Amino acid sequence: MKATYREALNQALREEMRRDDRIFLIGEDVAYYQGAFKVSKGFLEEFGPRRVVDTPITESGFTGLAIGAAMTGLHPVVEVMTFNFAILAMDQIVNNAAKIRYMSGGQISVPLVIRGPGSSAHQLGAQHSQSLEAWFCHVPGLKVVAPATPYDAKGLLKSAIRDENPIIFIEAQLLYPTQGEIGEGDYTIPLGVAEVKRPGTDVTLIAYSKMLLVALEAAEKLAQEGIQAEVVDPRTLRPLDLTTLAASAKKTGKVVIVEEGWPVAGLGAQIAESLYRTVFDYLDGPIIRVTGRDVPMPYARNLENAAIPEVNQVVAAVHQVLYRN
Amino acid sequence: MASRVIMPKLTDSMEEGVVVKWRKAEGEHVESGDVLAEIETDKAVMDLEAFASGTLRKVLVPEGTTVPSGTLIGVIGEPDEDLREILEGAVPAPAARPSTPPPTAVPASAPPGEEGSASPRVRTLAREHGIDLQTIKGSGPGGRIVERDLEPFLTKKDQPAVREILLSQMRKAIVRITTQSKAPVPHFYVTIEVDMAEGLWMIEESKKPPASSSVSINHLVIAAAVQGLKQHPGLNAAFAGEVIRVFSTIDIGIAVALEDGLIVPVLRDCGAKNLAQIAESERALVTRARNRDLSPEEYTGATFLISNLGKFDVESFSAVILPPAAAVLAVGSVREVPVVKDGRVAVGQRLKLTLSCDHRVVDGAAAAQFLQSFKRALERARAL
Repeated sequence: MKATYREALNQALREEMRRDDRIFLIGEDVAYYQGAFKVSKGFLEEFGPRRVVDTPITESGFTGLAIGAAMTGLHPVVEVMTFNFAILAMDQIVNNAAKIRYMSGGQISVPLVIRGPGSSAHQLGAQHSQSLEAWFCHVPGLKVVAPATPYDAKGLLKSAIRDENPIIFIEAQLLYPTQGEIGEGDYTIPLGVAEVKRPGTDVTLIAYSKMLLVALEAAEKLAQEGIQAEVVDPRTLRPLDLTTLAASAKKTGKVVIVEEGWPVAGLGAQIAESLYRTVFDYLDGPIIRVTGRDVPMPYARNLENAAIPEVNQVVAAVHQVLYRN
Repeated sequence: MASRVIMPKLTDSMEEGVVVKWRKAEGEHVESGDVLAEIETDKAVMDLEAFASGTLRKVLVPEGTTVPSGTLIGVIGEPDEDLREILEGAVPAPAARPSTPPPTAVPASAPPGEEGSASPRVRTLAREHGIDLQTIKGSGPGGRIVERDLEPFLTKKDQPAVREILLSQMRKAIVRITTQSKAPVPHFYVTIEVDMAEGLWMIEESKKPPASSSVSINHLVIAAAVQGLKQHPGLNAAFAGEVIRVFSTIDIGIAVALEDGLIVPVLRDCGAKNLAQIAESERALVTRARNRDLSPEEYTGATFLISNLGKFDVESFSAVILPPAAAVLAVGSVREVPVVKDGRVAVGQRLKLTLSCDHRVVDGAAAAQFLQSFKRALERARAL
């Protein structure tokens, strides 16, 4: 059946909350307003205010509350209005959520999902357009998931909710209305498993979240000039499915990584390092990264467009890695 | 310095190779580029060239032996060099060494040398394919040798000697059915020659304007076979374990060649059809078969089979029976041949046909009698 990314998340969350009454949703405007992006549409009606909890604008407070609830046996899902606001809860996330299991010698676990949109939408300004996944990926104790399709969003959110560890689940505003096939009813996609979204032989494109769509469009364009690009979506950013990524890189020998985040210490740098370490002998040239520009996101539309990776840049990077310039 | 000779990986699908023949013997001097051995891959036999010059010190794998790609199969080195280190972990040579010249040879994972730079992938590929990078000019930045510079060499080495075509579903069915036939069904063959003078005249006549429907050799053969089967119903039968089934209707399967195989549509109840009806229904059926428009029940259940390769200028051939039918009549081409008639040589129009029979159902005499009736009917085509 067809569904939007938004509906896929709604279904996953709803089905999980029906399955297990330890699960509750907490965040700004999740109940009466049904979520800033309407992911929790109908939830208050079905599950009541005890399990769908509106909060004040206090990210650190409600994230800390959720961590405490998780420690004592509940399974909270925290909605951050966008991941830009998770910066306010960074101390709770990094110092508590990620460390309690370790510091309690495994006695206390934190089954918690923090979800919401990351990356830019249209003209939201420098403070509200950031791709911060690398921040979270840096921290041992966290798992980071960034689905690109409705199918993956549903299956991965269910796996995230059922996991015993804190999960950072990064969506994207511009993905919410995108449509795709999703599975009926209950299915899960394991965390830490990448997927080849388009098979090819000549070059490997690695991209996740919104950038997967850019990579797929670039692959389509490249096919018209006879270049068969293989597009691989890691889906989970930590832990990374290096086996799948390396197999593709080994096959093609040419790799382009597409990410919206900043280039310095970005996730693509980590992926590239992992590949250099494992398939160095099969690479035909340096791995090329297509990233967001190393600037605060400009507000002006033309400048914003210029700061976000787009299809032609990916095509040009592929030409470069194939020595076709 | 000693250099390792390894079983190369010459194609993507190559997991192992056979040392077919050593072209150099242990102790023999070799130059880089000399052919050391012939290696059989899954696709072809190829020469294995030496990567280093020196003495072929060790031959570790005897001729005829299969080893995985990457296995150390020999060592090239200085005559007095200590090889213990390099030989550690090598497969122990099987005891049965051939007594003939234990030859030997050597390629090795020679490094690309001190020439300009090459990408890691190129170095790996060169090692696997035994390519000397010194001979290659790089087209990458700063003259770096990149994969595309290697492509001409790889293509040459990888050129498969065969082309593999995936079995279509139809081909799989043909494989299954013909094997199921030829193995368990004891075939025997009887060939006759038929005078086609009258038959050809009939065909010409049928094309003339007043005629409503033209006929072909195939139509005449079908009609004559029907006559023969009516007189010898024992051939319109099938072997079925404890019983032989003799059919009351004559349903003739006609082999129709398609681009990627063949199909055998069945012309039903031919015993009740005259020549014109046979011609008409055969044409319709064959057309639909070529358009792949048949439903399964239209190509199963033949009681007798006809296969015609006449249009390919075939004198005669033997066909494989498609069970459950007990016989298939293979039709060749009508040929102009010298015939002796009334003590004089004349030009005759002759057609050879071979009947393949299931010996469990039919014996030689019955087959011959059927063919006699068939021949008589076909030679008097006007009466069909």
